[in-house]
Amino acid sequence: MLPEQRDSITNTFVVTLVLCVVCSLMVSTAAVALKEVQSKNKILDRQRNIIAAAGLHENPDSMSATEVTDFFKPERIEQKMVDLATGKYAENPEVTGESYDERKAAKDEKMNATIKGDRFNIGIDKREKYARVYLVKGSDGKLEQVVLPIYGKGLWSTMYGFVAIRSDLKTINGLTYYEHGETPGLGGEVENKKWKALWKGKHIWKGEMDDANLRVGVAKGTPSGENAEYMVDGLSGATITSRGVDSMLKYWLSSDAFGPFLKSLATN
Amino acid sequence: MAEPTAKEVLVTPILNNNPIALQVLGICSALAVTTKMDTALVMSIAVTLVTAFSSAAVAGIRHWIPSSIRMIVQMVVIASLVIVVDQILKAYFFQISKTMSVFVGLIITNCIVMGRAEGFAMKNTAWLSFVDGIGNGLGYSAVLMSVAFFREFFGSGSLFGYQILSKITDGGWYNPNGLLLLSPSAFFLIGILIWILRTFKPEQIERA
Repeated sequence: MLPEQRDSITNTFVVTLVLCVVCSLMVSTAAVALKEVQSKNKILDRQRNIIAAAGLHENPDSMSATEVTDFFKPERIEQKMVDLATGKYAENPEVTGESYDERKAAKDEKMNATIKGDRFNIGIDKREKYARVYLVKGSDGKLEQVVLPIYGKGLWSTMYGFVAIRSDLKTINGLTYYEHGETPGLGGEVENKKWKALWKGKHIWKGEMDDANLRVGVAKGTPSGENAEYMVDGLSGATITSRGVDSMLKYWLSSDAFGPFLKSLATN
Repeated sequence: MAEPTAKEVLVTPILNNNPIALQVLGICSALAVTTKMDTALVMSIAVTLVTAFSSAAVAGIRHWIPSSIRMIVQMVVIASLVIVVDQILKAYFFQISKTMSVFVGLIITNCIVMGRAEGFAMKNTAWLSFVDGIGNGLGYSAVLMSVAFFREFFGSGSLFGYQILSKITDGGWYNPNGLLLLSPSAFFLIGILIWILRTFKPEQIERA
């Protein structure tokens, strides 16, 4: 093609148009074709972390997809939606359906609630009204553990994780993070197995289930004396991430979030 | 200037005309994804593929691209390819795509990709541009992998996620060097690499 022809206005428009159409077709084909695999991956990843938090498997990353989904039968791990304000299970279909997305809900004016942040500041203003909890049952069908989703700001990012609580509703069985953007090797050590194992058996409240008795958290240095019952050592070189873990645990277990739900579980 | 052969185009960017070491392009991603070797490897493959295919595509349509919008055309081609790569990673390499997060998308801004499209593909055939893309991708990969080797080995005591030196935090003896996990260390390592390379190949030294 001659340069004059190539640089003409008509050709410029034709090239732009054709290019845009071809490229958008390519991009949308890839996005649509791979969407199913991608969302499956996301769900599997979350489920693996729930298994890890509850300590049901040594190394959930090595489990195959079918092994993971086998755990998520209602008689083993049951999913429930909880109205955080009342602590009761929610039955309204707009939240019990598969399409309910907590993160979208947290941004939706109709579906979110304000986080006061005066007592426990997790660096976020809004949270969803309805949260998804997982009830882990033993072979006899009795409740063994309850796994709660938690999140809050670390240094760079919002960290998303799960905390598993034993059926006495006083003891932590495990804590995991499945999504965060903290510095690998420093704050990213929230994924460290050794550190996560420290949480096992920590008590949440000193005495009654009450915000004033909320003791679980992250200490500076190895917790000693009485604190050792409730706290774990912070991550070295990651003060702000550790502080984030501390306040998000306190917040989500307080009466502002899962408190009412835990109370109603305790009375049943 | 004589037409370059495919072999020249493939091999020269690895040592003699390395995009990072000589042209000092693509530094930002070299800092971001080199704390672990597996992310560095996936990033290398992704950048190599994007550079190769975008160069080939741009070269294929170079006679039709109006010069007034050529940068935009290159950008659109590159951006589309990057999105496709990102989608594939999310679908089939979920764990790795999670740790790479935003940096896959940032391949778009990797100067190497754009630099090859503008500097080479606009003047050469599609096949030669494809090979040139692979060559430059390999040059980028070589630097990325060597930086990642040092950062992961001394920063975490592992290679490709396999623990080699047992860390104190895991009950072993090795005290990891935290600096290597932070971005500035990649600057030092790349600096040292360029120094070594230019000691052996003094012709690469720029005149002041």
